[in-house]
Order: sequence, then C-alpha cells, then structure tokens
Amino acid sequence: MNRPALRGGLRLESHKLRPLQRPVLSVPSPRTAVLALDQGSGADAAPVVGPGQAVRVGSLIAAQRGAAAGLHSPVSGTVRCIASRPTVRGIGPCIVIDSDGRDEREPTSVPLDWRSLSGDALLERLAAAGIAGLGGAAFPTAAKLGLARSAGVNLLLLNGAECEPWICCDDALMREHAADVVLGAQVMLSACGADRGAIAVEDDKPQAVAALAAALAAAADVRLSVISLPAVFPLGAEGPLVTAVTGREVPHDGLPPQVGVVCQNVGTAASVARLVRDGLPVVSRIVTVTGSGVRNPANVEVRLGTPVAELIAACGGTTGDDRRLIAGGSLTGRALDDDAAPVTKGLNCVLVATPGDLPPRGTEMPCIRCGDCAVVCPAGLLPQQLHRATQSDDVEGLSHFGLGACIECGCCDYVCPSAIALTARFRVARERLRLHEAERERATQAKSRYERHRRRLDEQAEAERRAFDEARRRARGDGSAGH
Amino acid sequence: MHARATAPPHVVAGFTVPRVMFQVLAALVPVAAMQVYLHGPGLLWLVATGSVTALACEALALWLRRRPSLDFLRDGSVLVTAALLALAVPPTLPWWLMAFGTAVAVLVAKHAYGGLGQNPFNPAMVGYAVLLVSFPLEMTRWPAAGAGWDAVTGATALDALRTGLRQSYTMEEILTGPAFGALGGAGGEWVNIAALAGGLYLLARRIVRWHIPLAMLAGLAIPAAVAHALDPGAHAGATFHLATGATMLGAFFIATDPVSAATSDRGRLVFGAGVGLTTWIIRSWGGFPDGVAFAVLLMNLAVPLIDRYTVPRIYGHPGA
Repeated sequence: MNRPALRGGLRLESHKLRPLQRPVLSVPSPRTAVLALDQGSGADAAPVVGPGQAVRVGSLIAAQRGAAAGLHSPVSGTVRCIASRPTVRGIGPCIVIDSDGRDEREPTSVPLDWRSLSGDALLERLAAAGIAGLGGAAFPTAAKLGLARSAGVNLLLLNGAECEPWICCDDALMREHAADVVLGAQVMLSACGADRGAIAVEDDKPQAVAALAAALAAAADVRLSVISLPAVFPLGAEGPLVTAVTGREVPHDGLPPQVGVVCQNVGTAASVARLVRDGLPVVSRIVTVTGSGVRNPANVEVRLGTPVAELIAACGGTTGDDRRLIAGGSLTGRALDDDAAPVTKGLNCVLVATPGDLPPRGTEMPCIRCGDCAVVCPAGLLPQQLHRATQSDDVEGLSHFGLGACIECGCCDYVCPSAIALTARFRVARERLRLHEAERERATQAKSRYERHRRRLDEQAEAERRAFDEARRRARGDGSAGH
Repeated sequence: MHARATAPPHVVAGFTVPRVMFQVLAALVPVAAMQVYLHGPGLLWLVATGSVTALACEALALWLRRRPSLDFLRDGSVLVTAALLALAVPPTLPWWLMAFGTAVAVLVAKHAYGGLGQNPFNPAMVGYAVLLVSFPLEMTRWPAAGAGWDAVTGATALDALRTGLRQSYTMEEILTGPAFGALGGAGGEWVNIAALAGGLYLLARRIVRWHIPLAMLAGLAIPAAVAHALDPGAHAGATFHLATGATMLGAFFIATDPVSAATSDRGRLVFGAGVGLTTWIIRSWGGFPDGVAFAVLLMNLAVPLIDRYTVPRIYGHPGA
C-alpha cells in the first residue's frame, strides 16, 4: 500500500514495556461482583434477574437492549440487589452479585460445533453469549456482523493496532492467545460472510506478529493474513484503520460496511473462540493495569464486575497518594473518581498515573492560530477554526468546518501550545450541533406536515366547491328542463 | 482513592506559546547581529526601547481590560513584535519614534482588537506603516551601506533602483552604484542571508512551516524573473529581489505570524504567494522604499476570504 497510512496523527512514547515483561496475571474472582448495565456502549442492558435469585457462571442476568449486549454472571452465587453504583462511566445502575466462591458453570454452556452452523445461527449464538466489542465500545458484535452480512462485506478487519499509549492488553492477548484470535476470526468470517480476514497490528509489536504468524501457519487458513501498520496514534480508531488498510475512507454519514469492511477487536475474536471452544459467554477479559503509580504493572485476566481496586491490589498496590486513575489510555481514557468502579467489557486499561506520567496542563491561553492542531488531526479538520466557531456559538461554522467528523482522539489538545481543551469543547459543541440539527429536522417536518395539511384542506374545499357547482348545474339543468 | 476528574486527553506535549515566542526571538539573533555589524549599535537601543515600551503597553492594556496579566506578560509575544519592528525600521530612528511605533503596534493593532490571537493585522507591520506614513523622512534614512558604524545615511538599494530607473539609467549603470552588492543591496544581502539562516532554524524546529515562506519567496521571485527576462532594462531579477530589503525577514518572521495569516496549508500557500506578488508590485511600481509591510497588511485583509475558500477536504467527505 503506497498511500499515506494516516492523515495527521502522533508518534507517541508507548509506555507499554513494563506490563509486557510479565505473563498475563490471573486475578482471583471477586467476592462481590458488580455488573454495570452499561458495559461501555452508553446503553443499559435489561436486567432479567432479581434480588435473591441464584445464578451460576454464564447465567444470563441482563438481556440485550439496543446498543447494550446481553450480560452474564461472571460468578456463581446470589443476586444481592440492582442499584446505582460507581462505574467507569459515572454512577450507574448495576447488578450486584454475592459470589459463593464455587464458580459453578451454567450447565447449558457447552462448546459449539460452529462449522456446522449457518451464518445466521452463528450470529444468534454470538448475541446470546453477549459477545461485544472488547476494544472499548462494547457494541454487540452480532449486530455489527449482521449489518456487515446484509451489506455484503468482503473484508473482516481485526483490530490489533492498539495505538494508544499505556494500553497493551491486546498485545498481551495476541502474544499468549494468538490461536484464539485466529479461531475467532474464522468463526466471524463464517458469521459475516466476508471472504477474507486481516489482522492489523502496529509494527511496535513484533512478538504479537510472530505469535499470530505461527497461529496462522498452524490453522492453514488462506483467507487470513497479518498486516503490519506504522505505530501512529490514532491509527487504531475505526475510520483511520479502514483507510490505512484499504485506502478507502468511510463516508462521513456511513459505516465501514459501505466500503466493504467490518472491524472487530482482536480481544473480541478471542472471546468468540472461547465461546465455541468452551461454551463460555463473555465473563472475563484482559485489562492492562499500569502507570508509575502502581507497584507491579501487569496485564491481568479478570472477571467482569471485579472492582478496579482489586486489580490494583493484585498488581502490588499503589506507590503513593497523589495518584490519578484513568479508565483507558492517556489520550482518550476517562478519569475515574472511584476505584470501586468494576471491570466492564469496554474497560481495556487502568492507568494509575503519577504527576510525572501526566504532567498538569499549563494555563489556557488564547489560540494563536498556529495550525499545529490541523497538522495532527486524523480527520483533516481545522480545529483552530472549529474552536473559533465554538467560542462564538456559530452553529453554521461548526458544520461548515465539519465538526461531525471529529473522532475525539485528543491529538489537537496534545499539540496545542495554548493548552486549550479543544476535545472537551468539541464534545460539548457536537451535542449542541446534534440538538440544533434535530431541532431543524423537527421544524422541517412540522413545516411539511402543515403544508400537507393545508393542501388537504384546499383539496377538500375544492372538491366541495366542485360538488356544489355540479349540484347547482344539475339543479338548473333539471329546472330548465322542467319549463 | 479519589482523584481530580478531568476530561481527556490527560496528557499534552507541553510545547507552549512562550516557548514558541522565545524560539522566534532566538532565531532573530543572526539578523540582529548582522545589522549591528553593518550599521552600528543603533538597533540595540531600538530593541531596548521597543521592548520596554511593549511590555509597559501590554501591562497597561491588560490592566485596562482586566485580564490576568502575568501569564500574558510572560508569553513573549510583545517582545517579538518589538524586535521585528526594531529590525524593520532604520537603526538611526529616534528612540521616541520607536516607542511611538511600538505603542501603536501593541495598543491599537493588538489590544484594540482583543489581544493575543485576535488581531487581524500583523502588529509590528501596523506600527511600521503608521511610522512610515507619519514620519517618512526619519523612516527612509538608512545608514549608507559600507559606512560602518559612522552613521552616514544614503539611499537603500531599492530606492537607488527606483530613482535610477526614473532617471533613465540602464540597469547595468544602476547596479554598479554604491548601494548595490553582489546579489542585492550592499549590506542588505548579508542581512537577508542572516535572516534566511534564522528562518531555516525556525523551519528545522518546526516553529514555522514551509508553506508561507516558500510561497512568498516564489510569489516574489517568479514575477521578478519573468519581468526581468522580458525587459531586463526595466526590472531587476529574482536574485536581487530575494537578497534585498526585508524579503527574508518578511518571508520567515513577518508573513508567518500565524494569528494574522491564513490558517490551512492551502490557505497559507495562497497567502504567502499573495504577499510575495504584492511586494514585487509595490517595489516595481509603488512609491514606498519596500513593499513587504504593505503587502503583509493587504494580505491580512484577504485572510477571512482565503480561509473561507481553502478548507481542506474532511475525512469521509467527497473531494471538493
């Protein structure tokens, strides 16, 4: 591929070496598991259990609803309550389960003979097992693959780019479970109907690439390949990744299937492999616990619902008091204000940061229009002009300069010499733009409704007038005939 | 464990406005040193007067506007304004004129429009233009080239060229005059080389990007070369224009002021080419000693228009 891999972007220090020095660590299953109904997609699953109900590992506890995949119990025990608890996305509704420590499996969870199943049947199984995007979005995989299937995609793109600093759970997974990634890819190929699959990995992960190559050789599946990409942030974001691999851009008002591609995270593929091999729904994942604020950074295999505090404890605890918790990486992660927040499907990293890891920003100064932000913007935007439009609340300007294409990667903030919180402002402005457009849409609809209403009234009046004229003419005709 | 809630991204490169400004000041050292070497220490007094005035005016304006003054005073932007103005005016300029020009630049051109980042015109060039139209005599009396530290004034190369052409001398006769050197103006060519060196430093440090300087130099050199080829008797060549007057200072330090320049890459190419072309037109047919200041101000006027028509193609949107 000769075309530029990515417009803009940043080459950043990766900070991934320390956790990768050790194999993936198993964190004991929690005494109390707290399952957020919102596992990262922004939507809440629908609880199907109540207080006092007995559950086992793999029992369905909340059903799929909209963008929220189904949710299964990661422990065996009893549901204590459904209540608001701190989560990685703020306070939110959670199912709290007291574990009995026996880890009894749901008897219905048995391995799948996936090769004998049709694509639709596979999609059903993936949906029933709560398979969701483990890259962070936690969007139901079956829905995404189903859409791809009906659009007739030809490429399944497995995202192992993992471009954001600090996060290395996918790297660890590919090193240790490359065969699972490959098996998952094969299953997903059958499910979405694509004829080839590519696993995209950034070139700063040679061990992962080697492990995948070996697994591919063992699987001897000619449809699958590994693609090496330059290590540039945010190449792992869906749009930039599709473009880097295919040279085609995802339309601004569309999704990757429109250019023949469907993206899935490598962790998601491994969870699919676990489903077909062991029959186990998604009840655990690998999380990177890192930062200078944690004593022994590591990637940990952990049950969903385990409090972040237990992950940090399993990694030797913190090294001091002045620590910040970030759920995710240093550029797009969310600040965590409570270490009781439990692990979700979308949680890939817990960054325990010292002030040295994340030096505080300087005082915000006015924009000097230097344009450094435009140089690094992967969407080809002019953040300096968007910033001006947000300041003057210029909604037309926001859409003229294409705010909708912003992927909130944070590159513009990173380079801004005036320390302006551009990404945060754009997030707010996007919401305003969305409301404005919805308002305009409503107004347009109301207008067309009114116009149609008027037309109907006019037509009705016209018809009545015509009927009246007709009746009069007939009456006159009859009258004249009577003379 | 509790922590401050902040919005992502949580990490920044830490390259700040003051650092940008002080890099620019550092890059101005060669050209300043060359001017002092050629024309004596007058420049240093002007820089000192300008800097003190600029900081005082900045403090006054911030106080009047009720802005936190320390962060802004420390940002170094007014020092760049003062230094550029000092380098643009003749080193023999009386100190009170320098103070007046700087005050106009900081109070009127910058703060009357809203301060740092808001000024539509390059403040130093506004100061220069006001001084030039108000005090044309003092502003055009440059020390004679080669007179060294004895402040004997004489015509600049651009003046001598203009006067010579008006008096129907041939280009060969004009270029053998005392105001001319091997490339452009005597002395002026060295100042331009020094400014080019500083400019290349800024390019290497990525403080400025190549679009504006290259477009401006091309916008000046190409019409000059074409006109010279068509009528060598009436037009000086590209080399002369590149090595004379404020060309290099303008290309790397003045036209590149991001606040008052166009903002996209394509917009910057248009802006720079416009500055170069306008400079050449003013030098060729205008009545002023050099065209850079007015060319920059005129193109500053065109920036909103340029910005409107040079929005780059956005990811996922069809090409323009």
